[in-house]
Amino acid sequence: MAKQMIEIRWHGRGGQGAKTASLLLAEAAFATGKFIQGFPEYGPERMGAPITAYNRISDSKIRIHSNIYEPDYVVVVDETLLKDVDVTAGLKKEGAIVINSEKSPEELRPLLKGYEGRVYTIDARKISIETLGKYFPNTPMLGAIVKVANIMEEEDFLKAMEESFAHKFATKPEVIEGNMEAIKRALKEVKGDER
Amino acid sequence: MAIRERLSGNEAVATAMKQINPDVVAAFPITPSTEVPQYFSQFVANGSVDTEFVAVESEHSAMSACVGASAAGARVMTATSANGLALMWEILYIAASSRLPIVMPVINRALSGPINIHNDHSDSMGARDSGWIQLYSEDNQEAYDNIIQAIRIAEHKDVRLPVMVCMDGFIVSHSVENIELLETEKVKEFVGEYDPGLDTLLNPEQPVAMGPLDLPPHYFEHKRQQAEAMKNAKEVILEIAKEFEALTGRKYGLFEEYKMEDAEVAIVVLNSTAGTAKEVVDELREKGVKAGLVKIRVFRPFPVEELREALKHVKAVAVMDKADSFSAAGGPVFVETRAALYDAETRPVMISYIYGLGGRDVKTDDIMKVYEDLLEIVKTGEVKSVYNYLGVRE
Repeated sequence: MAKQMIEIRWHGRGGQGAKTASLLLAEAAFATGKFIQGFPEYGPERMGAPITAYNRISDSKIRIHSNIYEPDYVVVVDETLLKDVDVTAGLKKEGAIVINSEKSPEELRPLLKGYEGRVYTIDARKISIETLGKYFPNTPMLGAIVKVANIMEEEDFLKAMEESFAHKFATKPEVIEGNMEAIKRALKEVKGDER
Repeated sequence: MAIRERLSGNEAVATAMKQINPDVVAAFPITPSTEVPQYFSQFVANGSVDTEFVAVESEHSAMSACVGASAAGARVMTATSANGLALMWEILYIAASSRLPIVMPVINRALSGPINIHNDHSDSMGARDSGWIQLYSEDNQEAYDNIIQAIRIAEHKDVRLPVMVCMDGFIVSHSVENIELLETEKVKEFVGEYDPGLDTLLNPEQPVAMGPLDLPPHYFEHKRQQAEAMKNAKEVILEIAKEFEALTGRKYGLFEEYKMEDAEVAIVVLNSTAGTAKEVVDELREKGVKAGLVKIRVFRPFPVEELREALKHVKAVAVMDKADSFSAAGGPVFVETRAALYDAETRPVMISYIYGLGGRDVKTDDIMKVYEDLLEIVKTGEVKSVYNYLGVRE
């Protein structure tokens, strides 16, 4: 029941792919036999506006249909949201937050309103530019949260992502390799303040 | 073997429509139910169905085209939501009174105004007296299963009425969740070939007029027959549910009773909130509180006798409405459920909660508060307020 369920909240800005990342995570967890929910909170749909998306991942059927108020993990796809949105609201201290930033977790912790849990950062911009040539932070963030939350075996995750991308990018297979590379690098490069 | 999949509610419903492969789908895309006709139009374009897809210029026209096609003898489906359903209003009644077995997923969203696109039940609750059968669905699985059963219910010779299959907008329609699909051959076998009978516009052997003026000498008799069909629907819905259970193992009734055997307090609710409330029931049960839940699946026809049996021994019941009928005396589910208990020798205290309007999120804490209110009533024997609003600032 509820005890073996992981709840994740994504914060991003419209156009950065947080919703897509939450759906890809749901898909990958589904592929490893889990019960999943992936859903966005629809607000004003415009580029740059703060958006929220959610994941529940469980070993048994998920019945609850509300937003997530006490997440185990929070993913922040856009560092500038730290000023505007209370990203650690309700975040469990046994959990963790993963932020897209070139800064270190120690540098960002003071912005997190006294959050006592683990803090991770990943430079998704750098990874994305180097692997895809453009700024798509969502796939590196996806890799980072899978690593931090230990949601599934890396091997299973990579296999599921390859299948997802093959389907999603059927008309532009040239971007599959770059996305896979972005994820692999994220798995390695996410760094944490695990005090 | 069932097919393990993960689909949004909209994808689930569109998939059921694909497997059913109706003769005609006439639809107008209204945001964000747009996805159902959108997915379906892709199935048409890539040849996975041979449905005649009619892209019309409004929802009024969508339902009108459905009426025409159904009168001609075709198996007909469409899909809509919120103000789209409102624009169909006039033709909903014509579809029902013409006894046309059209099946329509309704993605429940608030009726404007104020302008809002989020979930509540004001759209389908407003259409509750249009003569359509209404089935409600907790999640994507139930929406999928209900659509498949709805074809058989609508087309049954003792019924011949259109069916709405409702699910919560966004909460279910745009949430990706696990689902078990049937193989397409099994769906096709279950729904069978549609036999519209002899009275169709396209039967040259027996010319008929459909939908002519019906003056006082006959109008009332026709409405009486329509009422009888709705009465018959209850038995038919249960028969078809049994067949569906034999095929899938998934059990459906007029409503679902969750931990009601010995329940002292209970909530009556529709759609996705039932799932959230089941979590709360389990939590209360762990503390030894005898809490239960009734989730209404069939709102039209309304299961009066069955609900009376299910609720008469409970001490206090809260009926939850995601729509306000502005009667100043509770929502539609409350009014009808309370009336159903009138003839019971013993009956519970029953209170109303209007909740979740315009997409206001419904948390487990909200549901817990309702059970706490009920427990307080049982303890003190005092009802402070019959008509309540849950989760609103005032």
